[in-house]
Amino acid sequence: MHIVILGNGVAGATAARFIRKLSDHDITMISAETDHFFSRTALMYIYMGHMRYQETKPYEDWFWDKNRINLKRSYVERVHFDAKTLHLQTGEEVAYDKLLLAVGSKPNKFGWPGQDLEGVGGLYSFQDLQYMEAYSEGLERAVIVGGGLIGIEMAEMFHSRHIPVTFLVRENSFWDMVLPPEESEMVNRQIRQNGIDLRLNTELQEIVDDGNGRVCAVITKDGERVECGYVGLTPGVHPNIAFLKDTDLETEKGILTDEYLRSNLADVYAAGDCAQLRNPPAGRRPIEAVWYVGRMMGETVAYNMCDQPVAYQPGIWFNSAKFFDLEYQVYGTVLADPPDEHTSLFWEHPEGNRSVRLVYHRDTGVILGFNLMGVRYRHEVCERWIKQEASVETVLQNLKLANFDPELFREYEAEILQQYQQQTGTSLSIKKERSWKEVFSFLHR
Amino acid sequence: MSLAHAAPPFTDTWQKIAVAVGGTGLLILFVAGFGALPGKQSLFLGLALLLMTVGTAGYAWRAYLTTSAGIKNNGAFFSSLTNRGLSGWMAGIVLTGFYVLLYFYPNYLGLGRDGAMNTGLIALFDPLSQMLKGQPASEWFVYGTLYTLAILIFGVKFILKYRHNRYQVVRTFSVMFFQLGFAFLLPEILLRLNYPYNDFKNMWPLNYYFFHDWNINQMLDSGAVGMFMLVFGVVLIFIISPALTYFYGKRWYCSWVCGCGGLAETAGDPFRHLSDKSLKAWRIERWLVHGVLVFVVIMTIGVLYSYFSAEGGNLLLSRTFLVWFVTGLLAAGGAWVLFDKKRFHNIDPRAKWLSLGIGVLIIVLMLSSHYGGGSSEQVFFLNTGNLRSWYGFLIGAIFSGVIGVGFYPLLGNRVWCRFGCPMAAILGLQQRFFSRFRITTNGGQCISCGNCSTYCEMGIDVRWYAQRGQNIVRASCVGCGICAAVCPRGVLRLENGSIDINDRTSELRTLQVTEKG
Ligand SMILES: Cc1cc2nc3c(=O)[nH]c(=O)nc-3n(C[C@H](O)[C@H](O)[C@H](O)COP(=O)(O)OP(=O)(O)OC[C@H]3O[C@@H](n4cnc5c(N)ncnc54)[C@H](O)[C@@H]3O)c2cc1C
Ligand code: SF4
Ligand code: SF4
Repeated sequence: MHIVILGNGVAGATAARFIRKLSDHDITMISAETDHFFSRTALMYIYMGHMRYQETKPYEDWFWDKNRINLKRSYVERVHFDAKTLHLQTGEEVAYDKLLLAVGSKPNKFGWPGQDLEGVGGLYSFQDLQYMEAYSEGLERAVIVGGGLIGIEMAEMFHSRHIPVTFLVRENSFWDMVLPPEESEMVNRQIRQNGIDLRLNTELQEIVDDGNGRVCAVITKDGERVECGYVGLTPGVHPNIAFLKDTDLETEKGILTDEYLRSNLADVYAAGDCAQLRNPPAGRRPIEAVWYVGRMMGETVAYNMCDQPVAYQPGIWFNSAKFFDLEYQVYGTVLADPPDEHTSLFWEHPEGNRSVRLVYHRDTGVILGFNLMGVRYRHEVCERWIKQEASVETVLQNLKLANFDPELFREYEAEILQQYQQQTGTSLSIKKERSWKEVFSFLHR
Repeated sequence: MSLAHAAPPFTDTWQKIAVAVGGTGLLILFVAGFGALPGKQSLFLGLALLLMTVGTAGYAWRAYLTTSAGIKNNGAFFSSLTNRGLSGWMAGIVLTGFYVLLYFYPNYLGLGRDGAMNTGLIALFDPLSQMLKGQPASEWFVYGTLYTLAILIFGVKFILKYRHNRYQVVRTFSVMFFQLGFAFLLPEILLRLNYPYNDFKNMWPLNYYFFHDWNINQMLDSGAVGMFMLVFGVVLIFIISPALTYFYGKRWYCSWVCGCGGLAETAGDPFRHLSDKSLKAWRIERWLVHGVLVFVVIMTIGVLYSYFSAEGGNLLLSRTFLVWFVTGLLAAGGAWVLFDKKRFHNIDPRAKWLSLGIGVLIIVLMLSSHYGGGSSEQVFFLNTGNLRSWYGFLIGAIFSGVIGVGFYPLLGNRVWCRFGCPMAAILGLQQRFFSRFRITTNGGQCISCGNCSTYCEMGIDVRWYAQRGQNIVRASCVGCGICAAVCPRGVLRLENGSIDINDRTSELRTLQVTEKG
């Protein structure tokens, strides 16, 4: 049997590895982007000089050969689902018995005037990075449009090269559709501390042509003009499925799949950014363009493609990011605009660069989520409390079990507990100290 | 695939001034080296050391204190010095050259031989040496002073760079303290008080001459203090070190105490990403570092064998006792590996049989040469004198010095620690099989970015483990904690715990689908 995987990102590469573990099928992995799987999440570090392209590859080049995974570098123009073949840009046809579509995303563009000028780019692919690099030399100002995770990464990238940045964010506060107000404000501060010209509540009107097809400025909806030599468009991504339209494949925003990651067509599967679950598990969205979802789906789909059906079960939502020097982690449900029955305990360090938020149910006290800035918490411990529906007071008394900061770091759990006691008039005490032994006992109980 | 036009890291005017200041200090040393300094040497020495200190501190101040605290690796792969560019090669050549002079031609540095006065660079250090121990400087005094200074000033730089990270700050104070107090001041003071030179923290087998006859005799001739040195050295090897390594991993030594580690972590920090992460390099590493370990063990047995009297006298100091003591140790170790299946369940069978084979070979050769009437200079049918000079030359001088430090800008800052140090090899074996230490991974948070692997000075592909959610238990890990510091997603934590000591690496946290058999 010949399994073809279209896309060598984390979803495709993980699927290939597990299919190899589970079977002896022929595997071909096709991508137009790079010869080998690399870590898209590390693109920024290449630009900043922390790593080179070769450091971003999670596996050495011999790995694929050794595992008999054929790599093919080519663009697939069309998929003939009836004939079970892929049509490559080179004219070549590749036949498959089973096909995995792991084609990732494309950056959004909202039809702004001037969005296709020279010197306007998104940040998704390796080629996008090369494009950005090509415009960086001698660049006097960059404008970034779109206040999401990629936008702030781009700001940090330019900042690392001492290129001034104007950052246009449509919302009232950075990423405030995801982050609660206090955390969002903390990130605003972090952006400004780094000398970024952050413009909240500001929308792009148009990108101005310098007369030669190249960008020279942007104009905001308020009519303000900002001169710049580069415009980064980072208002999110959408599944990369344009080349699959007008086929029998059922799509909506993404490729529609069931919980076994099967599309509507026999022997065609989808995983990663491009997959849209018809019935996502509770607490999860139909499309989740994050790294670990690609990894989890890649593993799950491998089992399904090898005729060992398993449903996709991502567990409780979690995520992480880093805003300049500020690390962020989230476990469970933390909403920017929570319903009435959610309440939270929010502790912030006086220096304003660390915070812990415990979200819990107002009436029952059941813990719902953890939101952390500048503090690291342990995934499995938080997840277990949420799954167990532990009460916020149990969590608080054992909170040190979750602390994942390096040794010798100050621990703030006692302060957090104290704040809870002051707010509620209860009297509780820390029950467990931070130690691997305690964590292990808790997790394996 | 490469990106063109990567901008160099930025240096502002203050930093350029700082480089000039530090450079002037270095220049004074150079000029002194050519014997061209007139007048009062102590003034020049003081000036040189001061300028180098001020220059480095000033540079670090502008580099780190003008920005927010956090990971500052911007441009590491763009700078010529830290990316094997022209400056990197030049630095490598200069350092290597210095080591060659130091080890083999100290007369070119100005060492006065046969009672002659020092000249040049070494003479420059005479006043300081006179002050500390009342003797003129030797090449080793010059080296020790510069070495200590490097750890101190680059330690300050490191602390500023990682000021947000208490583990890094405390650890760096520790290496600075041990270098200044234990490696530099204490031995000189001992000399001044007419006791043998002794660096208490410098343990066998890193200190390969600990069991050499002259060293033992020196200690035995120095009364209670000397006896204490001898006993402490042995207790360190057999009790203190195993205990600390059991509780904390080898990091207690390699990145908190050791002088080689101290220099690597401080002066060597800008080069840590140059270590080779490939599987091939790991393979070479295991052959080399364990090869050196076998070499030092054989050499030491040989040296002790010739030292001990043939028979009679003190039973504990007899050759027969020695060969049976070593036989007992090796046999006990072998039996442990063979029968403690729980602990050694994930050992590579080839490695297991190879090391058992080497142990058996050592025993057989030792016993047969002992009972086969080898001469007093021979055990294993080899001349121990030769063995010992070859070890001193190949490992002590070439590997740990010339290559170990000279190649920082080319192969990374832990070349010696990783490929050559027999101490690291012993502690590593213990860390792998008999220690509570591991690096824990945080559930599914890893995004495979590669920062951890890139900045691991020991060339460990940390990401390989992190992305599968597996704890890291590697013999070579020195527990510097940099992987955990640079990880942008908070995935790694250095931890100790006995509860799952034999199964530290069993769990794969990112497995989605549990194997159904
Ligand atoms: C700059 C940046 C930073 C990010 N940071 C984070 C982060 O910190 N944490 C996190 O969780 N997520 C992050 N993400 C998101 C994460 O990287 C993605 O969710 C993940 O890479 C998606 O993986 P995938 O395998 O689904 O698709 P992709 O990685 O996009 O792989 C798809 C591949 O298929 C190829 N392809 C598509 N169509 C064709 C075709 N027709 N012919 C040939 N080849 C084709 C593409 O070229 C691409 O190489 C980031 C994304 C970006 C862009
Ligand atoms: S694995 Fe981490 S702690 Fe160990 S040596 Fe490498 S960087 Fe240091
Ligand atoms: S452990 Fe951290 S630094 Fe290492 S690859 Fe994963 S996310 Fe990156």
